[in-house]
Amino acid sequence: MTKEDVKKIVLNIIGEIAPDEDLTQVKSGLRLRDQLELDSMDFLDIVMELRKKYGIEVPEDDYSRLESLDSCGEYLHPKFMQKGVALA
Amino acid sequence: MERTTGSIDGNHYETVIIGAGMSGLAAGIRLAYFGKNVLILERHNAAGGLNSFYSFQGRKYDVGLHAMTNFVRSGTKGTPLGKVLRQLRLERESFDLSEQKGSRIIFPGVELQFNNDFELFESEVIRAFPHEKDNFAKLIELIRSFNEVALDNEETSARVEIAKIIKDPLLIDMILLPLMYYGSAQENDMDFSQFVVMFKSLFFEGFARPFEGVRQIIRVLLKRYKELGGQRKMKCGVKQIILDKDQVKALELDNGDTITADKVISSAGLVETLRMCSDHPTTTGNDNIGRISCMETTTVLNKEPSEFGWEDTILFFSDQAKAEYACPKNLVDPRSGVVCLPNNYQYGEGRTLEEGFLRITALANFDKWTQLPEEEYQASKKEWHQVLLDKALHLLGTKTIQDVQPHVITTDIFTPRTIKKYTGHLAGALYGAPHKTRDGRTPIKDLFICGTDQGFLGIVGAMLSGISMANLHILQPSS
Ligand SMILES: Cc1cc2nc3c(=O)[nH]c(=O)nc-3n(C[C@H](O)[C@H](O)[C@H](O)COP(=O)(O)OP(=O)(O)OC[C@H]3O[C@@H](n4cnc5c(N)ncnc54)[C@H](O)[C@@H]3O)c2cc1C
Repeated sequence: MTKEDVKKIVLNIIGEIAPDEDLTQVKSGLRLRDQLELDSMDFLDIVMELRKKYGIEVPEDDYSRLESLDSCGEYLHPKFMQKGVALA
Repeated sequence: MERTTGSIDGNHYETVIIGAGMSGLAAGIRLAYFGKNVLILERHNAAGGLNSFYSFQGRKYDVGLHAMTNFVRSGTKGTPLGKVLRQLRLERESFDLSEQKGSRIIFPGVELQFNNDFELFESEVIRAFPHEKDNFAKLIELIRSFNEVALDNEETSARVEIAKIIKDPLLIDMILLPLMYYGSAQENDMDFSQFVVMFKSLFFEGFARPFEGVRQIIRVLLKRYKELGGQRKMKCGVKQIILDKDQVKALELDNGDTITADKVISSAGLVETLRMCSDHPTTTGNDNIGRISCMETTTVLNKEPSEFGWEDTILFFSDQAKAEYACPKNLVDPRSGVVCLPNNYQYGEGRTLEEGFLRITALANFDKWTQLPEEEYQASKKEWHQVLLDKALHLLGTKTIQDVQPHVITTDIFTPRTIKKYTGHLAGALYGAPHKTRDGRTPIKDLFICGTDQGFLGIVGAMLSGISMANLHILQPSS
């Protein structure tokens, strides 16, 4: 599992939460909020889906670490490694 | 600290939701989706609450639904409808929404048209009130920039705030009347945040209706809840919320059973819920019981309304320049109200409702209606139906009732008594308590309010309320 894989996972989750968003142009270095119409309810859902699907916990104080795909990769990668999530 | 999860001897739930109305169902879907062990308890045999439907003499009637407010076209983001669909993981198409044809606000000597394109309303205001052009633009700017859904907004009078910008009292009343009718629990005014919620949902957004009416929405919600494993018991009211100090201990049901839950979300109303609590006197919240109730009559016709020349979707009317939105002294106050023609939506080729419907709503006095002996109650229903029908025909431009009478198949009427019966709202209060608990908290730990008395109203609003309360009080705190 690489950071790129983690970004893909996050992008897939966003695709499920917000099927009406076009995700093909998302730049991984830019804030998700600036590129997509995502509000705090949607960010909560990203956190909730990470827990539901992968058992990964993101405490409220760390929500800001999910602001771009790159920062998601950085922040979540160690958590995924720790969980030993295998990619199908 | 970890709380107990899962079901203990089949009678323990992580969350119990009181009420299978729009807000309870939406909250239930959120919780079931995230794997919570959740149970919805509903006193009636049908789901939907205020927005339900019933069959009478083989005919299906909608209660509530005139128009689903908050309609936006696909692709418009960041509005309540889009949020609800995302949060419930529902496809927009599942609601099968069709847009209104057009609506009017009618006051003596002046009317304003509006539809789902805000430009029409804007141009109408400027046409009828040219001297208020700049002020109206200022009001729009204020509304656009206002965060009406913040859960910590202070309660302020919409009338006072609007009067700081708009000077013509007639325009103020013409803007307020439809918004009060579709969502104010206060007499002749509303909370400013609520005003902004309603303004956006009627004028920036708009009206739509599923071809099959409200049952389409209820069906979708029930199916979603079920497929996620949510549990529901109908004809199973909550009689008492048993407390242990200031914490929920158990729920006693109408049938005598008890159920325990970590947390309870109630859509039964703020005062109604507090009075269910074992240690609360029956006078709790006496000063926060809504006074706004209504009667509605439905006339079923064997013709499409358009064949009578009636093209409107919704009409909001007032006979007086100073509109009255208050508990009437008599049984009914016919001086203002709402006329709804559910046939007049753009359902598309080949889709016309089987019959014509003309629905009229006016404010009514709960005490007066409930004091009537049965015989007089029935007679008064008929009498007021006729008064309101005459009124509506006049507004719609039909000169004599004889033009319409031969086409009437049947009529049905509900009163404040009916509202109380089907929603449990004290005093048959249409929009619940005048003072809301916007963050859903109650003095009791683990007991929360969603729906009408949290303060997001309407079908979409109620769903958003259930979602927000489930997120805030159940899903989020575990971190
Ligand atoms: C006449 C009328 C017309 C309306 N028209 C429209 C419209 O055209 N468009 C629109 O968008 N909105 C409309 N609304 C508003 C909309 O109906 C409400 O805002 C919304 O349905 C409220 O949902 P809710 O879940 O908060 O509450 P409710 O619908 O009141 O649901 C509460 C549920 O709790 C149940 N309950 C209460 N006490 C108990 C208990 N002790 N135990 C178990 N269950 C209990 C009740 O039976 C009920 O099913 C209308 C409302 C009315 C009354």
